[in-house]
Parts: sequence; C-alpha cells; structure tokens
Amino acid sequence: MERKSESLRDAYGKTLVELGERDPSLVVLDADLSGSTRTALFGKRFPDRFFNVGVMEPTMMTIAAGLALGGRTVFASTFAVFAAGQAYNTVRQSVGYNRANVKIVATHGGLLVGGDGGTHQMLEDIALMRSLPGMTVVVPADGPTTRAAILAIASFEGPAYVRLTRENLPVVTDGTFALGRAGQLREGTDLTIVAIGSMLARALDVAEELHQAGVEARVLDFASVKPADEKALIRAARETGAILTMEEHNVLTGLGALVASATSTTYPVPVRQIGVPDLFGESGDPWKLLDHYGLSQKRALDEAWALLQLRGKVS
Amino acid sequence: MASPEVVERLSASARQIRQDIIRMTYHAGSGHPGGSLSVTDLVAALVFHELRIDPEHPDWPERDRLVLSKGHAAPALYSALAHRGFLDPKVLPTLRELGSPLQGHVDRRKLSGVEASTGCLGQGIGMAVGMALDARLAKRPSRVYAIVGDGECQSGLTWEALMAGGHYALDNLVVLLDRNGLETDGKTEDLMGIEPIADKFRAFRYDTVEIDGHNFPAILDALAHARATKGHPTAIVARTVKGKGVSFMENQHAWHGKPPNREEAERALAELGGSL
Ligand SMILES: Cc1ncc(C[n+]2csc(CCOP(=O)(O)OP(=O)(O)O)c2C)c(N)n1
Ligand SMILES: [Mg+2]
Repeated sequence: MERKSESLRDAYGKTLVELGERDPSLVVLDADLSGSTRTALFGKRFPDRFFNVGVMEPTMMTIAAGLALGGRTVFASTFAVFAAGQAYNTVRQSVGYNRANVKIVATHGGLLVGGDGGTHQMLEDIALMRSLPGMTVVVPADGPTTRAAILAIASFEGPAYVRLTRENLPVVTDGTFALGRAGQLREGTDLTIVAIGSMLARALDVAEELHQAGVEARVLDFASVKPADEKALIRAARETGAILTMEEHNVLTGLGALVASATSTTYPVPVRQIGVPDLFGESGDPWKLLDHYGLSQKRALDEAWALLQLRGKVS
Repeated sequence: MASPEVVERLSASARQIRQDIIRMTYHAGSGHPGGSLSVTDLVAALVFHELRIDPEHPDWPERDRLVLSKGHAAPALYSALAHRGFLDPKVLPTLRELGSPLQGHVDRRKLSGVEASTGCLGQGIGMAVGMALDARLAKRPSRVYAIVGDGECQSGLTWEALMAGGHYALDNLVVLLDRNGLETDGKTEDLMGIEPIADKFRAFRYDTVEIDGHNFPAILDALAHARATKGHPTAIVARTVKGKGVSFMENQHAWHGKPPNREEAERALAELGGSL
C-alpha cells in the first residue's frame, strides 16, 4: 500500500522545540550526534539550555540525572546502542534508581540503521529498558505517534525511554497515543497482530492481504510497551484466539515475549513471533536487512496462516 | 631517518587509499570520509612499513597488531589491507553491502587482518592493552598499535584503558591519536575540550611525542622512537586535517559522516589524481 512517509526524528526535534517554548526550565543533552538525533533543532533555538557533551554517553546520563534532581525535565538523546547499551548502568542507577525525571529519546534503534552495521544496530534496548523498574518504554511507529509520545512522557515526572528509527516510516496512525493503551488500527476476530515501530505498517499490509483472502485480523499498535495494555492483549486472546507479534528487536526478549507472558497467565493462546533471531545485525540496505533477518511481509503472512491452521480456522 | 624511496612509496600508497575512500563511500552511499582521510597517512605508515604482518599467514602469533579504535575509519584500513594483500581490491566497492566482508565498522569476524571489531568508540585502547599484556605474558615480540580519534578521547573508557596501559608499563603498546580537531557535530574544543592532550597522556605515564600526522618522515621517526622506548607505553599525538587531500572536505565537520555524491566524488578524485 502507498502511504506518505515521515521522519520520526524530525517529529522529535520539532516537538522538543515546542516543549522548550512551553517549559523554560527544560534542558536537552546530546552526545555528539545532535544532527542525527535532531536535538540540534532545540540547540539552535535554546543554546543556553542545550548541552552537547561529546562522546560520553554514560556520563551524559549522570549529568542529566543531576540536572533533573534539581526539578527540571531533562531530555537526553543519542543512538539507541549508546543510550541503552553503552550507558546502561548509569541509566540504571543515576536515572532509574534515583527516579530522576530524565527522558531518554534514542534514535537509530533496530536493523534499519543499515550500513553502519551490527555494532550500531541495537536489538536489545527494549529488553534492557523494560527490565528497569519504573522505566516507561515507548516505541512509536510513525511521526504523529512520535510527537504524541514525546508530549506524553514530558507530562509526568519520572524516567522514560523512547526508541526511534533512523529511516522515515509510513504514517499509519492518526497520532492518538496514551501511555498504557494499545491503539487498535484494524478490527478483526480471526487473529490479532501486535506490532511496534517499523513493523506496524507491515502488520497492516499483512492484515490487508489476509482480508483479501477472507480472513479478518485485528491490528494493535503497541507503542506503549511499558506500561503495557495487558487488557487489550487478553481481549485479543479471548476474541481472536491467536496472536502474531512483529518487532525489530531480538525475538528472545522483546514484544513477543511480553505478549506471550501476559496472555499465558490468563488466557493462553498460540503466540507466534516475528523478530530478529538471536543474532547480531550486519551492514546492508536497511529494508533488505529486514527481509534478510526474517522480518518480511511474506514470512509474517506465512506465520499468520500457520496460526489460523493451528486454531482450525482454515484447513 | 626514513629514506626518500620509502617516503615516496608511502605517499603513493596513501594517495591510492584516499582515492579508494572516495570511491568506496560514493558507491556505498554512506560512510565516513572525513576521519578516514585524516587517518590515512598513519594507517599507511603502519600497514606498509611498521607492522610485522603477513597476508599469507594472517594468524601468525608473533605478528604486530593494529586496533582501529575509531572503527568508522574502516575504508582507510580496508584499502590498506587490500593493497597489502589481505583481500582482493575488487571487493572494495562492496563496502557496506549485505554479505560483504567490509562492514560499516571494522569486523574481525569477517575480514582477516582486522584484529578487533570496533565501532562503539572508547573500546579499542582497552583491547590493545589486553593484547599487549597477552604478548608480554607469552613472551612474544608482538607490538600493539591503537588508533583513536580526538572526539573519542572524551570517553571515560579511553582514559581507563590509558591508565591501565601506563600502570602495566606496556612498552609494547603505542597509542596514536588522530588529532583532527573535529568530531560529528563540530570542533572538539567547542563541544568538550580535551586539551592539553599531550600533557594528559604524559600524566598517564606515556612517553608522548607530537607530530604532523601527514608527514611521513615524522611519522616513521615517532614509530621508531616508540620501538626504542622501554618501560613506558608511547603516545603519538598526530596533528591531522579532517578530510585531508580533498579541498572541499578539509576541516569541515559536515564531511564526518556524509558520502560524496557523483559530482563530488569526481571532483575529489580529480584532486587526488584518480577517477571513478
Ligand atoms: C560510543 C560511541 N558514541 C558515539 C558514536 C557515534 N560517532 C561515530 S564517530 C563520532 C565522532 C568521533 O569523533 P572523532 O573521535 O574525533 O573521530 P574522527 O574525527 O577521527 O572521525 C561519533 C560521535 C560512536 N561510534 N561510539
Ligand atoms: Mg576527530
């Protein structure tokens, strides 16, 4: 399907400026990637409230925490592999344990980083950040949701992690977003597809293909990874009987695991998971990489049919 | 003193590497020309002169090791390794393609001649310290060379590793700093100043020399000095120009992580005496 594509990073940068106008105490930090993360937009508008600290991600998080402990809202940005990976323990203690009001907005999550290769393709950040008590985790699928998510995390006191994608992504939502609530983009009762980030557009394409074949799939946007909308998952299990998850993350520890565990206690149904196998990434064309690592539309469609067969809905 | 023939040969190799960097990043449509061009002469001096390495026996235990801590300068090392016989130069245009051994950041699992996978800055010196300790424990004559960026020197990891090299008095370790003055977003001294950098190395117990990183006699002298130094690691602060050799890329941080388009690549190659 043809859709308009937008930069999530641009949406972030613009929303930051908006927030900066609204809250004169808000400060932003970056670690020498401000052009890429788009915090440079804020830096240009509010140079006194912008700290580009250079290549020191772990310490950037501690400085951010210190600023936040004085009562400010603090945004800190770099690539996901540095925000959640390089800086993990300073995020854990200085931000998480302190319950500091630091909003970590990480760009370049997942395989869509492309050419930079496996060292830079962060596939574990959702697992790492979701494991931290008190950490809100959001993975928007498009520009409008990015804007809404940034506004949402700025509106409460406490730490948050947002994962953005380097590539532009098709606009698939109307930008309504609430923490703890899954967005339902398509109604259906034969099967549910739960997706995040770049996979949401693919999920909708799979649902459309299924529809052509007479099968109706519900599609949930799970941008609010934590808090998770467990009610929506149980409802999906009960009403559709099978769930397919789609994510650009290590499949052992991401959305699929979350959905399987949330449903298993209350209403267990088969959950098939599309995600990156337990491997590091590699260099390549971003979109080819998705297919190469098994995140293709075709593979998702195959898994959907396998689920339907398992549930006796097709023979 | 380096002989004029050696200097002439290294200059020719460096010109070849710079042309390859432009062609590779142009074909890939992404990559880091600026920091590859600044480090070219250091890489050429090491790979074509200083390092005891053998493309026929890439795993020879007694070889010297080069760790490119600023792993984004991969094109410079790939080109040097290709012309030193570690891979077919025909592979160079596959930089960053799916399935290529030429990953965006150097990857030891995919290319022999690469001693350590890097890409996340700050980790190369520590691995070099480990390699130098390994050589010392095994009583091997191997020497270990780590190349770091100046933006990379903002990272605490760099200083922890430097401290370890000084503490263990690793005289088989040489740290080369590509002091091009720029990082991704601008000048290092505007973002987070690292000066006085030579004094910092000295305070961390490094025998420290400052040179022009584009002057082969000076580079070779510094490397010879390092070889003769006992009881301390050596740091070579090489003053360089980011984008060196391509007039419109020189000293422009905008060329840190941007590939040339076709017209720019042709212009750059004309300046370097090559073509697409
Ligand atoms: C830990 C880490 N943080 C951020 C980056 C992204 N990055 C790649 S190169 C670079 C700038 C490095 O500057 P410098 O060390 O001076 O490199 P050079 O000028 O030699 O290219 C940055 C921030 C990275 N690769 N690793
Ligand atoms: Mg530099």
